[in-house]
Amino acid sequence: MTVGMALMNEELQNQLSRQGVVLTTVQELYNWGRKNSLWPLQFGLACCAIEMIAASMARFDMARFGAEVFRPSPRQADLMIVSGTVTKKMAPQVVRLYNQMPEPKYVIAMGACAICGGPFRDGYNVLRGIDLYLPVDVYIPGCPPRPEALLDGLIALQKKIAAQRLTGAGRPRHLDANAPGEFPVPEYGAHDLVGPRLPAAEET
Amino acid sequence: MHTLEQIMARVTAALPGVRLEVIPNASPANQASLLLDHEHAREIAKFLRDDPDLRFDYASNATGVDWPEKTVKEKVKVKKIIDGVEKEAEELAERKTPGFLEAVYHLYSMALGQGPLILRLRTGNRTDRVALPSLTPIWRSCEFQEREIFDLFGIEFQGHPDLRRLLMWDNFADHPMRKDYAPADHQEAKP
Repeated sequence: MTVGMALMNEELQNQLSRQGVVLTTVQELYNWGRKNSLWPLQFGLACCAIEMIAASMARFDMARFGAEVFRPSPRQADLMIVSGTVTKKMAPQVVRLYNQMPEPKYVIAMGACAICGGPFRDGYNVLRGIDLYLPVDVYIPGCPPRPEALLDGLIALQKKIAAQRLTGAGRPRHLDANAPGEFPVPEYGAHDLVGPRLPAAEET
Repeated sequence: MHTLEQIMARVTAALPGVRLEVIPNASPANQASLLLDHEHAREIAKFLRDDPDLRFDYASNATGVDWPEKTVKEKVKVKKIIDGVEKEAEELAERKTPGFLEAVYHLYSMALGQGPLILRLRTGNRTDRVALPSLTPIWRSCEFQEREIFDLFGIEFQGHPDLRRLLMWDNFADHPMRKDYAPADHQEAKP
């Protein structure tokens, strides 16, 4: 039934809603619920976190987009905002926290450091992007990005969620029995972090 | 305010047998420093802290320096026999200065409002003779900073109460602030 409803003519649906008849699908309702109550995990790694805090406060008010409830426990969080420099020493803990979050879950890489290491890329202690270990949904460039940029990234994520199909090849990870549920936590080696990295990130 | 020479004279008068050396600084800062010998370093430090005229009671900073092996090219005048006549000629000679690691301490006297006094300690080389006496027993504020030097430069501080790595993880093998360190994932920047 879900499949049939999802393929319903969008124009017809719009016309009907103008006449006061609201039709929906399970998929639409499900995505609408998810995209408007994204609860971020409450943690910050560097200066980007200050901008994240500003975005959640009254002036920028992330509550307008349903993402103001920063959760202190990964078990209650849907969204991981990697806000700042991920050091190699911190990376295993970040991946472990992500693994502890329940599905469906999303990752925003906020700022140059979380994306690729930023100005510290050639240093000895900074990870070259959290996407080496986590599947990032939205990248927000900037050093640090302004709160508006974070809100823009959040809206981009909401659009991505709204467009998700619950069945078929492109379905979200938690509805796919074969998709990975846990991501390998890197370990401290003698010279660098050791452990498998995400295949897509190896090329960059 | 005592000059470095006055401090040096005071130390050598009180502690016979110590070997001190003034390390000049040719840079605009012109801040000369005092090189201590390993055997008496802690004795000297204790004297600098406790002497009523000096009272260097505060070590504000301890840091490390890596001095790799250098080859210095010099022009040397040599006597040569050219065409049967002895003449003076200039020749380019290469001299190698051995590398070493260095710990630098900045001392102030809170009690007398004096400072800074800069102390240096040098290791024998950069590979196997890297031990230095720890000054943490004299100035407690050196504890974390000596741990950081141990972590990033690989100087072993003997007599340190808790010598572990401070910033990198425990089983990390390298010393990232040494000049010859290259990160494991180092790559040339792409244009």
